[in-house]
Amino acid sequence: MSSAVISINILAAGLLVIAFFKDRKKTWQSLIAAAESFLRILPLALMIIVIIGLFSAFIPPSEIMKFIGAQAGWAGILAIAALGAVLHIPALISFPLAAALLQSGAAIASVAAFITTLTMVGVVTFPFEIKELGLRLALLRNGLSFIMAVIIALIMGMVL
Amino acid sequence: MNKRNTEKNGKERTSRKNTIRDYLVFFTVLVAGLVLLLIFPDKKDAVVTMAWSYFREMMAILPAVMVVMGLFSVFITKEQVVKYLGKTSGAKGPLVAIFFGALPTGPLYIAFPMAAALIRKGARVSNVVVFISAWACIKIPQELVELRFLGFKFMGTRLILTIFFVIFMGLFIEHLVAQKKQKQIPTQ
Repeated sequence: MSSAVISINILAAGLLVIAFFKDRKKTWQSLIAAAESFLRILPLALMIIVIIGLFSAFIPPSEIMKFIGAQAGWAGILAIAALGAVLHIPALISFPLAAALLQSGAAIASVAAFITTLTMVGVVTFPFEIKELGLRLALLRNGLSFIMAVIIALIMGMVL
Repeated sequence: MNKRNTEKNGKERTSRKNTIRDYLVFFTVLVAGLVLLLIFPDKKDAVVTMAWSYFREMMAILPAVMVVMGLFSVFITKEQVVKYLGKTSGAKGPLVAIFFGALPTGPLYIAFPMAAALIRKGARVSNVVVFISAWACIKIPQELVELRFLGFKFMGTRLILTIFFVIFMGLFIEHLVAQKKQKQIPTQ
């Protein structure tokens, strides 16, 4: 087991013990909330796992490289950044997907662009954002976030 | 209060509907995958090995992530965050906003009304923008999952760049919004 897996499990167990001594009722509430969100994310997680399995066996790395590999260039990065902005996948699940894409030849910049727009730009949540913060602020935040996500991705492609 | 409750129930109902839809989509993908493997049995081993290794990874990490998020969402209330963030000012502001945004306390649509409450309370626009952006993309348990799957260099570099750009964006948007307000004064 990796250190990240161990540390998140220790963190969860430690917080659970502290919470239990502070307030038992709230701790139960938290566990129920945790079970609910686990059941909510489970179908997406399982789906991504099946897709990763199928992708790795059926789509050769050369195909993935063509679209989002190093030679795909600007168009590839912009396309996958736009895809990340539109899709509404929980970030938690996007990381294994990103890892599988990297393994099969995707460029670091493309993968970074995808994850960053996925979390920072929300086309699906955009109506909520307008309702609460107004069109101007929502538009500025999402628009600038998209540009920054692409810049972050390009820097990551150069540094790593 | 009543309206708030019905709104909450409405959201819960749509989220339940979405979950059922997600399960149906998963079963469709699963069946499609099984049919594919029946047609190409030689690919079976590769698919199963890959899927199984990712399955084990995710089952080792996801329950703990959910427990951490559940604890924070119950023990730290929206009101506490709004109260604390509304008070902070100065250079500390963006860092506090990032800290509270990064606490694992729930989906993004909860953050929008909190941000609106912060603006009404007179918090700086830059801090509010930083808060929402951090909420959207810098979650503590998420960073650990990213660390596991993409490695320390990838996670660390992306985290530092994101923090830097999010603060920069907050100040920039605040600057734009303030400029517009100044222009409006003479005409009023």
